[in-house]
Amino acid sequence: MPKLITQVGCPYCGSSCDDIEVLVSDDGKKVLEVHNACTIGNNLFHHANDSTRPMLPRKRQPDGSMKEISYDEAVDYTAKTLLAAKKPLIFGFGSTNCEGMSAVGRVAEKAGAVLDNCASICHGPSFLAIFDNGYPSCTLGEVKNRADCVVFWGCNPMHAHPRHTSRYSIFPRGFFTQKGQMQRTIISVDPRVSDTAKLADIHYMLNQGHDYELFDAFRTVLRGHDIPDEVAGIKKEQILQGAEAMKKARFVMIFFGMGCTHTDGRNHNVDIAISLTRDLNTHTKASIMAMRGHYNIAGPGQVWSWQFGFPYCIDLSKGSHAHMNPGETSSVDLAMRDEVDCFVNVGTDAGAHWPIDAVKHVKKHPFITIDPNFCMASEISDLHIPVRIAGVDEGGVVYRMDNVPIQFKAVLKGLTGVPSDEELFDMIYERMCKLTLTEPIWLAALEHRKYPSVVS
Amino acid sequence: MAEILIKNGFVIDPTRKIDGDVADVAIKDGKIVDTVSSAAKVIDAKGKVVMAGGVDVHAHVAGPKVNVGRLFRPEDKLFKSPMAQKNGYRMESGFSVPSTFKTGYDYARMGYAFVMEAAMPPLFTAHVHEEIHDTPIIDEAALPVFGNNWFVMDYLKKGEIENTAAYIAWLIRVTKGFGIKVVNPGGTAAWSWGLNCLSLDDPVPYFEITPREIIIGLMKANEYLGLPHSMHIHQNNLGNPGNYAITLDSLKLAEGIKPKNKFGREQVMHSTHLQFHSYGGDSWANFESKAKEVMDYVNQNKGITVDLGCVTLDETTTMTADGPFEHHLNHLNHLKWCNVDVELETAAGVVPYVYDKNIKVCGIQWAVGLELGLYATDPNRTFVSTDHPNAGPFIRYPRIIKWLMSKKAREATLDTFKYKDKVIDATNIHSMDRELTLYEIAQMTRSGPAKCLGLSNIYGGLAPGMNADVGVFDLNYKNMPSDPEMIEKAFLRAACFIKSGEIVVRDGEVLGHGHKNTIWVNVKMPENPQVMRDITQSFTKDYTVGLSNYPVRDYLAPHPFVIDVDVEA
Amino acid sequence: MATVTLKPTKTPTIMFEAFNITPDAFAGKTPAQIAALEGREGKIKVTIGDFFEVSGSPGATAAETDIVIAGDCSRVKYIGNKMTAGSITVNGNADMYVGGWMKGGKIHVKGNVHSFCGIGMEGGDILIDGKAENYVGCAYRGDWRGMKDGTIRIKGSAGNDIGTFMLGGTIIIENNAFIHVSTHAEGGTVIIKGDVEGRVGGQMVKGDIYILGKVQYMLPGFKKIEVVEKEVDGVKGTFDHYIGDLGERHPKSKGKEIFANLYVKAAA
Repeated sequence: MPKLITQVGCPYCGSSCDDIEVLVSDDGKKVLEVHNACTIGNNLFHHANDSTRPMLPRKRQPDGSMKEISYDEAVDYTAKTLLAAKKPLIFGFGSTNCEGMSAVGRVAEKAGAVLDNCASICHGPSFLAIFDNGYPSCTLGEVKNRADCVVFWGCNPMHAHPRHTSRYSIFPRGFFTQKGQMQRTIISVDPRVSDTAKLADIHYMLNQGHDYELFDAFRTVLRGHDIPDEVAGIKKEQILQGAEAMKKARFVMIFFGMGCTHTDGRNHNVDIAISLTRDLNTHTKASIMAMRGHYNIAGPGQVWSWQFGFPYCIDLSKGSHAHMNPGETSSVDLAMRDEVDCFVNVGTDAGAHWPIDAVKHVKKHPFITIDPNFCMASEISDLHIPVRIAGVDEGGVVYRMDNVPIQFKAVLKGLTGVPSDEELFDMIYERMCKLTLTEPIWLAALEHRKYPSVVS
Repeated sequence: MAEILIKNGFVIDPTRKIDGDVADVAIKDGKIVDTVSSAAKVIDAKGKVVMAGGVDVHAHVAGPKVNVGRLFRPEDKLFKSPMAQKNGYRMESGFSVPSTFKTGYDYARMGYAFVMEAAMPPLFTAHVHEEIHDTPIIDEAALPVFGNNWFVMDYLKKGEIENTAAYIAWLIRVTKGFGIKVVNPGGTAAWSWGLNCLSLDDPVPYFEITPREIIIGLMKANEYLGLPHSMHIHQNNLGNPGNYAITLDSLKLAEGIKPKNKFGREQVMHSTHLQFHSYGGDSWANFESKAKEVMDYVNQNKGITVDLGCVTLDETTTMTADGPFEHHLNHLNHLKWCNVDVELETAAGVVPYVYDKNIKVCGIQWAVGLELGLYATDPNRTFVSTDHPNAGPFIRYPRIIKWLMSKKAREATLDTFKYKDKVIDATNIHSMDRELTLYEIAQMTRSGPAKCLGLSNIYGGLAPGMNADVGVFDLNYKNMPSDPEMIEKAFLRAACFIKSGEIVVRDGEVLGHGHKNTIWVNVKMPENPQVMRDITQSFTKDYTVGLSNYPVRDYLAPHPFVIDVDVEA
Repeated sequence: MATVTLKPTKTPTIMFEAFNITPDAFAGKTPAQIAALEGREGKIKVTIGDFFEVSGSPGATAAETDIVIAGDCSRVKYIGNKMTAGSITVNGNADMYVGGWMKGGKIHVKGNVHSFCGIGMEGGDILIDGKAENYVGCAYRGDWRGMKDGTIRIKGSAGNDIGTFMLGGTIIIENNAFIHVSTHAEGGTVIIKGDVEGRVGGQMVKGDIYILGKVQYMLPGFKKIEVVEKEVDGVKGTFDHYIGDLGERHPKSKGKEIFANLYVKAAA
């Protein structure tokens, strides 16, 4: 009998929907049907059925070809490479559970590595803004239950976070928002007419790259001062209208995305958005939230903050203390400035997402990819180690975009012999300890690892 | 596990009324025993003080808002990693909000065995347990927050104590929590709309229930369940001039309630970080200490225990589920402000704060915390805390002990204040000559908090059968140092600390990772169909996570010590 | 004054973190002791002697010690980190953190510097003959206490984030700058003699900015209140005086709000 597993978490976007239903074959090895998920989430589950998924590590040979090797050999190579490097960089974690992120902390510390995650090329600027200005935020349930004015600034959830608008932000009927969309004023700030902008009551089609000026205009208006007739391509009257809508609302929610973090000014766009949120709290209730990309990309920010005090760009090479200063310790900067001599790509695809020059720089040194699937990074690597897919054949804790931890279930039995990220990192760590004749420090990690592989 | 014999120390154990007798403490298999064999490892404690492991009744050490404090304060790490271990251990980071590794190591260095995480937002339970899991050595438990919870407010509005209790029992079980924490009852719920409850009779918007009703209802539910700990409250109107009046009014609510439990607990209300709630005046200009008025009441009422929440005059990070307070504080100091409103349950705010000895109000706050300790007539009901990291980081406990034990140390600090005279005018500290004894300190940091938590059979004493958590401190009971700095030094770095029967600290250096436990309370109560239906319905409609993903899974708390509580129907 | 000369002998493969190249660390030491001073290259403990030939001798104190680096330091970080007195001259480029958390003394780099020059500076003088990258005289991440005192002069151009969270001191950029000048500042003076693209004085509470070239995009939170004659770093001219950032909070003094000042040279 196929089995229907309910309240499954989706390993796609930062919405981390946990209402997915997955029908799994009798032997627990195939996904038959996926209900409730968006198209992308749906496909992610079905991908796990792919019979060509790698089951063994592959190592680059002198002739350039890739040859399958055992996990023992792969672990040994990785451990030795990390130990030999003066400053290895371990980057990624877009698709890893927190157990894996915790385990890699041990490896990175031992290796004197820089530990960084995809935020570095995504919402990293948001962290910089949070460092400087704080983060008045809330959980997504608060948005659903209370928000009557929702601002999407430089983000397009209709494409990037397909169920965000139906589960949390535009359509749902919440406790104090029984009329759903009817009760909400939607504001979109985007130079393009995105599908989210099409849903909006007010669309600010600003000049690209001038978000900071527009934020400043809203703040200036809210403090009762006059502004020029046009700011960032938006007419004064329109700005006054939006300011009034926010002031009059009972609960203003500002979601922001890459349109803020990856246009000129980056962190400052987010910083001033936070200032605007603070200002609005003297008039009404207001909150702000980053539209985090992956289902657990908030995870490394949390795990590494409690382990090292920093969410990303963590330089552990100094031995005595952790150091963080994005611009210096951020992955792409390290790569471009030739500051690292070993690269480990985990649960992401630096090959696809990094600037090509940065890839060329790290390619000069040993390049290892840890990922369940073939990807551009795995194909240019010296070593590719496959692992289970967190959220499909491996469960664990993930952090949603609002930093709410959600305990994901595994729906499939993992491929025979393929370890989870956590197990793989623990093997690498043990090997490093052996090579350096030191005792591993587990705390409770070994016991913790006894995760039941399938939870019904 | 090996046997250990701690020989010839000055033993201080208030649970058995032992005050400085020279005696041996024997340890076997993680417990204190009467005798050990000659094979036991001997630790020479001659000329040193021997006490049970410390028990911290209230600190913010694990969970989402603690982690926000770490995440958003890189400057709290820059050039600041005091007491870091040399090598062979996990890296240590942070000053006011240390990393989990540093938290465990630093508590162990001070000879602490148990720490209560003071506020766990239920929706974030997995996060709290993940952090506890990564905190070495010390045993920990966590208190879920209830004072602004929709279910609680709904049931209490209707006067349904039994349903409230059934919901609490369920929630403590699924979160692997320890007891009932209340933070700014009603006020934090009001904050979801940007409002607050500043008096006991301010109704919560929509729920139309008052803080007074929430406090009384939760105390009743607590005793209905017979939990090891009492209701643990952070009262309304924290931090404001003149708030001692509402503090006294809130404390008085305990008068009608009788403790009912099998754990030896005698109080029905634990009032936490009392320093922040004992202010007179009606503005920052005439801000003054009301420590005496508040402690006079506490001293007379056995139904109440308190912890001090002493200001340590550091640059620190404030963090509390009192969301509106942090918003208010942010308007005072204009520093960065984090806030997290948690659907249906609670909220939290985080703001850095500099307790500057050149600012009059900070000096008065410093005095208030110490006065509370010095006015206490029952040190077994008055505990050392800093509301870590709110009034200062926990690594300042030894400094607080120094201040409490030495007038000379207090005066030396007063002398560093820019507005010394104004601080003296607004407080009583300058005229107070009391110097607490080591015995009283042991009550305030060991036996007292253990009893208050209902854990007195495990922690806080050195009787055979108790956990072998024993600290040895380099202080000569018979010949205490004339320099008070030596007191702080001795308590900051234990000469030796044995946790669960294993030596984990020697000469202030961490030697091992010990045997850490997560302690939680399993309340067994017949299932209440109405409450279960309400929960199911709310998870379908109001929450954004699935009910089956809500209970924290067992593997996240790999070394549980479960306290069963049977509730008679 | 006594001079120590460091002659580069090897280019570090990873960056050399030379936090000990300061008059404070050198004072009173022999050349051999200086060569043995620690630094880091990635996770490897290295010494100054691994990358430099040390000659000359320092004075007894930092104030009596001059350091001359006779060559390129493009891959050397933290030169003059936390120094309190004395001087450092670099006859070439230097990498990040030149004069970081500096308290006193003088640094002169004859080439270019990378980012974070004068980060968290509390006093002293930094002179850069070439250009600087981003974050000149900024605060460390998250710190609301940025540059407190001292002077940074960049003869070339600079990138973004000049004087972020600045509280005091002076920064002079003699050529153009990109964006974000004195963001979140609560004091201090920034003078830019060239053009700036925009975002000048965003979220600024207090302090002064002088732009002698053009500002391409003015922030809406700045309001022109008058035209004034001023002499700025030896240049006399007519300036449009703006106050702002009107969107930001401002302290009050005697009931009057105190704003930050932005002076932009009036069009001729």
